[in-house]
Amino acid sequence: MNTQLPTVVAEGVAFWASRLPGWDVARAVIRGEQAAPENAAARPAPALLGPTERRRAPDTVAIALEVAARACAAAGRSPSELPAVFASTHGDLAISDYMCATLVATPALISPIKFHNSVHNAAAGYWSIGTACHAPYTAISAFHHTFGAGLLEAAVQMACEQQPVLYVAFDVEAKGALATMAPSRGLLGVALVLAPAASARPGGRHLTLRIDADEPCEATPSRSAAASLVADNALAPCLPLLEALAADEPTTLQLTLGERTALNIQVGRA
Amino acid sequence: MRPLAITAYSVCSAAGDGRDATLLALRERRSGLQRNDFGTTPLATWIGRVANLEDQPLPPPLAEWDCRNNRLAWRGLLADGFGNAVAAARERYGSSRVAVVVGTSTSSIGASEDAYRRLEPDGRYPADLRRPIIHTPHSLGDFVQHALGLSGLSVTLATACSSSAKVFAQAERLIRTGIADAAVVGGVDTLCGSVLFGFNSLELVSPDPCRPFDVERRGINLGEAAGFALLEREGPAVARLLGYGESNDAHHMSTPHPEGRGARLALAAALERAQLTPGDIDYINLHGTASQKNDEVEARLVAELFPARTFASSTKGWTGHALGAAGIVEAAISLLALEHGLLPGTLNSQTLDSVCGPQIRRDNKERATRTALSFSFGFGGSNCVLAFGRAA
Repeated sequence: MNTQLPTVVAEGVAFWASRLPGWDVARAVIRGEQAAPENAAARPAPALLGPTERRRAPDTVAIALEVAARACAAAGRSPSELPAVFASTHGDLAISDYMCATLVATPALISPIKFHNSVHNAAAGYWSIGTACHAPYTAISAFHHTFGAGLLEAAVQMACEQQPVLYVAFDVEAKGALATMAPSRGLLGVALVLAPAASARPGGRHLTLRIDADEPCEATPSRSAAASLVADNALAPCLPLLEALAADEPTTLQLTLGERTALNIQVGRA
Repeated sequence: MRPLAITAYSVCSAAGDGRDATLLALRERRSGLQRNDFGTTPLATWIGRVANLEDQPLPPPLAEWDCRNNRLAWRGLLADGFGNAVAAARERYGSSRVAVVVGTSTSSIGASEDAYRRLEPDGRYPADLRRPIIHTPHSLGDFVQHALGLSGLSVTLATACSSSAKVFAQAERLIRTGIADAAVVGGVDTLCGSVLFGFNSLELVSPDPCRPFDVERRGINLGEAAGFALLEREGPAVARLLGYGESNDAHHMSTPHPEGRGARLALAAALERAQLTPGDIDYINLHGTASQKNDEVEARLVAELFPARTFASSTKGWTGHALGAAGIVEAAISLLALEHGLLPGTLNSQTLDSVCGPQIRRDNKERATRTALSFSFGFGGSNCVLAFGRAA
C-alpha cells in the first residue's frame, strides 16, 4: 500500500562530517569536483553557545547545533520560530559510556551536568535555549531507520501545521565497551528546513514523499566518493538523500522506515 | 482537531498491574512506594518498583529483546487485554497500517549498565548481553512492534518526562495525514542506576515517600511503569483524545521556567485544539513530581488559570515518578477518572504549600467527569498537555 504526502520544499541544507566539514565541501566531493580533505576536521564550535559552554558541550550538542544553525541561515529563516524534529540513532554514546562506567566504579560521584546531558533531547534542549525558541521540538530514534523516520516526522508536522519545520539528525563517535554494541565513528550531522510548497522561499528543492508498505525493501545505495567517508557513522543512511540534493538533475531515491516499509523520495530539479 | 477514539488502554506500575488493580489502589489510597532496595548499593530513598520482573524473562520468540525494560513493556501489553485489541486492529487495517509511537527516557540502558558490571577480561560484553538492539534507545519501539506483529512505522520518542505524552501528538498527526489508520502509543521506563544516581546528583531525590505540593516536600521518588493506548479515527471508544499541546521552555536543561512559560503555551495549545476553556475542565492530573520547583510553578499556574471547581492532583504518591512513562501512566489515570468518576487526590501530602489554590486536593472524590487534562513537563524544557473526554 502507498501513501502520498504533500510536497515539501527543502529550503536550507546543512551537513557536517569529520572528513567533510560543511555542505559546500561535501557537495563538491559528492559531485566529483574535488577530493576529500586528507585529515579529519576538529569538531565544530557552534556560535550559539558561549565560550565555556562551547568547550564543555557534548559532541551531540556541538554537531546538532552547528548543522541546525547553518540550515536556518541557508534557508533565511529565524530559528526562534521553527518547530524542530531532532533524530539520533544512539544519542550521546560518550555520555552513556560515562554513565555505565561511573555506575560500576563510583555511582555516588555521577556528574549532575553529564546526567542532564544524557537525555536524548539534550541537543534539542540546548538549541531551544540558545535560540529562545518556544515552538515545540521532539527527539526520536528508530535504530537503522532513524534518518528516514525523522525526515518523515518533520514532513508530517509541516503538512499538519502548514508552517516550516527544522529537521536535525546526528550521530557521534561511540566510546568504551558500548562501541562493540552501538558502533559509530566520527561526527555526522544533517539539517534541513522543510517548508510548504505554497509559502516556500525560491531556490529550494521540491521533495515528494511517498510511503511504500508491505513489500521487503532496501535503501538506495550511496555511490559517491563521500560514501566511504561516513560509512562507519550510525547516521550513514542519510547519504543517498544528500547525494540527490548535491545533483542538479531530478532523481528518485528510497530510505527505509522498517523492513517492509520504505520512504520513497522524488527530488526535483535544482 | 477532530477527536480520536481511544479503543483500548493498559497500565502497569508499582500501584497495580492493570486497570482494575490501579483503580482499586487509587480508591483505597494504597501507595505502591517502598524503601529503595534496587541494586547493590541502594540510596536512601523510596521507589515505585514493579514486582517480579527479575523472574519473568520474555517468551523464547522474543528473547532477543529480553531486558528489564522490555519485560515491563510485555507486561503492559498483556494487561487489560491490550494485545488482543491490537491484534483485532491489525486484522481490520493490516499490519502496516497500525503505527507504533512509544516514549521512554532511558529505554533499556539498564542492560548496558549490567554489561559494564560484568565485562569480560578482554573488555567485551558478557555473551548473554551481546544483543545490539537492547543497547540503543529504539529498543522499546522495536520490541513493541515485533511483540504485536506489526510492520509499519515504529518510532521511539525520547524527550525525558514528556515522552509518553508527546506520543499522542505524533500519532494523531500520522493518522490525520493518512500514514496510519491506528496507532499504538504508550511508554515504558524502568528503574536503573543512571536515573537513581543521576537524580541523586541533582539533589532531587527524596529520602521519604514523596509528598507532591506539600509545604515540606523533599523531592521525587523514582518509579517504573508501562502503559499503552490504541488510537483510531472511530470505533467503540472507552474515551476520546480531544487535543494536545506541545511547547518548550527555552530556559534551562533541568529547571522549569520560573513562570511556567512553556507549560502555559502547551496548555493553551491543548485547550485550543480541544475547543475547551479552563472552565470546562473537570480533572487535571498534574505533573506534581514533589520537586521544589516543579510543584511551585505548576501550583501557581493552576491557581491562576482554573476555577475552584476544577479538581487537580498529583498521583506520584501512588506510582513514583516513572519519567518517560509518566505521561502514559497519568493519561491512563485520567481515563480511569473519566470512566469511573473517581478523582484521585494527592497521596502522602499533609499540608499543601501556600501557593496551591483550591483546585489541588488531597482527598479523593467520586464525581461524574467529562473532561480531563494531563500535564507532563520534562528535562530540556519539553512540555506536553493532553486533553481527554469521556466517550460520547
